[in-house]
Amino acid sequence: MKCRVCRAPAVVDVRRHNAAFCRDHFLRHCEEQVRRAIDAHGMLVEGERVLVAVSGGKDSLALWDLLLRLGYEADGLYLGLGIGDYSDESTEYARAQARALDRTLVEVDLARDYGYDIPGAAAATRRAPCGACGLSKRHLFNAAALEHGYDVVATGHNLDDEAAVLLGNVLRWDTSYLGRQHPVLPAAPGFVRKVKPLVRLGERETAAYCVLRRIEYQVEECPMAAGNRHLGYKEVLNTLEDRSPGTKAAFVFGFVERGHARFAADTHDERDALRPCSVCGAPTPGDVCAFCRLREQAATAVTVSSPR
Amino acid sequence: MAVKVLLRNPRREVDVPGPMTVASLLGHLELNPESVLVIVGDELVTRDARIEDTDAVEIRPVISGGAR
Repeated sequence: MKCRVCRAPAVVDVRRHNAAFCRDHFLRHCEEQVRRAIDAHGMLVEGERVLVAVSGGKDSLALWDLLLRLGYEADGLYLGLGIGDYSDESTEYARAQARALDRTLVEVDLARDYGYDIPGAAAATRRAPCGACGLSKRHLFNAAALEHGYDVVATGHNLDDEAAVLLGNVLRWDTSYLGRQHPVLPAAPGFVRKVKPLVRLGERETAAYCVLRRIEYQVEECPMAAGNRHLGYKEVLNTLEDRSPGTKAAFVFGFVERGHARFAADTHDERDALRPCSVCGAPTPGDVCAFCRLREQAATAVTVSSPR
Repeated sequence: MAVKVLLRNPRREVDVPGPMTVASLLGHLELNPESVLVIVGDELVTRDARIEDTDAVEIRPVISGGAR
């Protein structure tokens, strides 16, 4: 295969664009896709302070690198989940990238700072670990941004993530989640803006970006995610994509352009009805927010792993 | 001679009779090309690249799951 731009030997093919690229033009392709996503959805304004949620995986490390190359003021936020060796290893990848980029990495540790970890929370609440993990991340990313004075949180959700979440939401016709699924969640009282600048890149592209930039990332999958529903949706979508390239992009961007607005009104009503959590002050529809309830259940039920 | 192929999640090595193209290798291992990158030596390669018996090949999964 030849590079679509310069006809040199290609190193990556992107079938949904019916294209292949050499190293330099692939890296430029990634920057262009992120730039297009940011511009199309008004994600970031020049001069804003951006906090990138960094897990040590390919997507968040690529995102941090890309935002800095595009000229944004981006620091990292790492959340220690307490998932044994997996978390120990991911911490090192996040710290190494902070050193390589010469940027600040804000670190929050669930066990040290909040008295629980994800395995303990999953056991105590009898919920799937990914549920406790997602709830903790949503709450703490926002809280850290507010505490440290960042304007916006950027997450590494890519096209495959968005397609898989959309498929799950549609299969359950979860209209509340459909109303909130968008590349940008605007700021509101108690919430900073949340953006997904990788929404135009598939995870094969973000992995290739890291390999070509020599960014070391955690390849091993989270041991608590094995066999979860989200991975099953991705497998189904990749089967469709292999037969018909462009399916995932059409699914996600068709929804964003023509479907999202039909569900968004309900979520505006939900946000208007929020009031401060009686424990932490975060906006919540009830008296105590879901994060504080999780924390209380988890901290009282299980001995947490030692903070590092 | 056979191509030594490193697979991940879990990490393991398999021998595959070569030479062959990347597309043939993925077909032989029943892997979806959308779900992996193929690295020969230190370099990414496309589906039409030819793999020789002496090459060190890594097939790296790109799918990540869990809460984001």
